[in-house]
Amino acid sequence: MSFLELQDITKSYGTLNAVSDVTLSVEKGEFVSLLGPSGCGKTTTLQMIAGFVEPTSGTIRLDGRDITHAKANSRGLGIVFQSYALFPHMTVFDNVCFGLEMQRVPKGERRPRVEEALELVHLAAYAGRYPRELSGGQRQRVALARAIVIRPPVLLLDEPLSNLDAKLREAMQFELRDIQRKVGTTTVMVTHDQAEAFSISDRVVVMESGRITQIDQPYRIYEHPETEFISRFVGKTNLLPGTVQAVNDRAATVSLGGVPVEIDAGALVRGDTVTLCIRPEKLRLTGSGLGRLPGRVAERYFLGSQWLYHIDGPLGTLMAVTPNDGSAPLDTGEPVGLDWTPSVVRVHRGRLAEAPDPTLEAH
Amino acid sequence: MSAAPARLPTPLILSAPAALLFGALILTPLVLTALLSFNEFEHATGRTHGFTVAHYASVLSDSYYLEIFLRTFRVAALATAICVVIGVPEAYILSRMRNPWRSVFLLVVLAPLLVSVVVRAFGWSMLLGPEGPVNAALMALGFGRMRLLYSEGTVIVALVHVMLPFMVIPVWTSLQKLDPAVEQAALSFGASRATAIVRVVAPQILPGILSGSLIVFGLSASAFAIPGLLGGRRLKMVATIVYDQYLSDLNWPMGAAVAVLLLAANLIVMLTYHRVVEGHYRRRLG
Ligand SMILES: Nc1ncnc2c1ncn2[C@@H]1O[C@H](COP(=O)(O)OP(=O)(O)OP(=O)(O)O)[C@@H](O)[C@H]1O
Ligand SMILES: [Mg+2]
Repeated sequence: MSFLELQDITKSYGTLNAVSDVTLSVEKGEFVSLLGPSGCGKTTTLQMIAGFVEPTSGTIRLDGRDITHAKANSRGLGIVFQSYALFPHMTVFDNVCFGLEMQRVPKGERRPRVEEALELVHLAAYAGRYPRELSGGQRQRVALARAIVIRPPVLLLDEPLSNLDAKLREAMQFELRDIQRKVGTTTVMVTHDQAEAFSISDRVVVMESGRITQIDQPYRIYEHPETEFISRFVGKTNLLPGTVQAVNDRAATVSLGGVPVEIDAGALVRGDTVTLCIRPEKLRLTGSGLGRLPGRVAERYFLGSQWLYHIDGPLGTLMAVTPNDGSAPLDTGEPVGLDWTPSVVRVHRGRLAEAPDPTLEAH
Repeated sequence: MSAAPARLPTPLILSAPAALLFGALILTPLVLTALLSFNEFEHATGRTHGFTVAHYASVLSDSYYLEIFLRTFRVAALATAICVVIGVPEAYILSRMRNPWRSVFLLVVLAPLLVSVVVRAFGWSMLLGPEGPVNAALMALGFGRMRLLYSEGTVIVALVHVMLPFMVIPVWTSLQKLDPAVEQAALSFGASRATAIVRVVAPQILPGILSGSLIVFGLSASAFAIPGLLGGRRLKMVATIVYDQYLSDLNWPMGAAVAVLLLAANLIVMLTYHRVVEGHYRRRLG
């Protein structure tokens, strides 16, 4: 049986279902991220696990115990709140120490543990400050230290790193992962940063307007998104609406506005309406006249380790990403060819309500 | 853009009406009262003239006056303490209520303010009078008639009744400013509700409690109607002897001296209190 189980959890505010029928099992020691756009119910889900929001229906089990209606202060979880919720009248040290005091950790043990936690979040020098004397990112790290110092069996993190710079964020992700490995803390983290979710989670839960749409390993979410919402939300993607024209046992031909494209067959039949997804980094730019489609560079963006191109062609504008290998990039207006391996094309049934504008998707 | 636009003295203009009102209605009478308190008083003619500190000397050396001052501050301090004990939990519960009820009960808490203090004082005296319902109930229970009116206890109870809203409102305001997640954070670490309130909520609403106490103490120490009507002739307080000096003895300079001393004592007590309490939270809460 799983360590933390949510079964058919629903939370309604009047007529609004903030969270609907969420079912999720988290194994002991697992690191799970809730990923989704703003307002999709991530915080509400976390708050129900924490015991600050009463589920309208459904059950929550922790280590076999039904905690659906248990008091928040009997659950023994470590929580980082989205608003940090530091105690404004206590120093950083006292903030971090509070949990140890409540757990009746012997006096002599407290100081070294607080210091260790502050060391971990790079705030050892700030122990004597009050929260209002700290920057946003420093406050966030105090909140993190306060949650991990009590070594809880379950850590609930609501966007714990949202306010940190890229370097510090990476360092903290590494620390979180490290703690979770060493201590075996079960961690549920809310984030709307997909890179963060992917880099440290064992599994990612994608939510959309109160519902879970996919639970999978990061790699599978990225490579095999189950809905086109996910493929659009998780990373960049080219979405191409079309109709199946011909099927044989290995391959199918899809007509994209008159342009035939070969894909792996799957369970498609002739006449199906489909949307093809191709990740930009899976498109190869070849010399003009080669590849499957002709194109012309419309725009290029420098991303540091990569170049992002917008390529105009018969299917409209497509995004393509190439690694920055140090050679000169393509110029705008330059003709190119586009190529890809049929197996990288993901197929979703049905047509988009409206094809997203790739220039919007790019930012 | 032009460099350094001419700055209007907007802050000055905006604060002028309040400053004028304050100057005309508070400072001027105060200065006049202070001046009056140094005048000599002729009992025979009632004329006031000259300069003397005799009134201050006689107030400060007379145990009769000292006792009244002590009683006044004791009553005010007790009323303030009781207001804190009743008003702070009341405000906390109020802030935890959901909306239809919260509005209803906020109105209930504020309702006494809508009734004149004099009417409320008479209400108490009817309730506690020798023929009032409280005594009737005591008699029925076999305790016999008790003299409830004209005692310090009655004055304190009535003051608490009048002053409670002045404690509830500032505390409620500072509770509104709290992030509920902060209390939840305390609970998440396993703190009991009571611990969370004492360790986390109370220190944050200390400024509200402080300003509520100052208002209640100041108003109680200078209260006139309640001690006048419920303390009667027997139980004098400072404000009532000021009234007596002015209107019965017609010794205006003496009354003025007592009033100035009340003001000074009140200021000292309140500033000390403010210093002590504020010193505790200034650095933490900014
Ligand atoms: N107390 C409440 N009363 C009414 N509606 C609420 C309440 N709390 C949350 N909601 C609604 O529930 C939905 C989910 O909110 P939630 O805070 O869980 O979003 P979230 O996924 O954490 O978003 P974000 O990433 O912006 O933090 C939102 O539409 C929000 O408006
Ligand atoms: Mg949230």
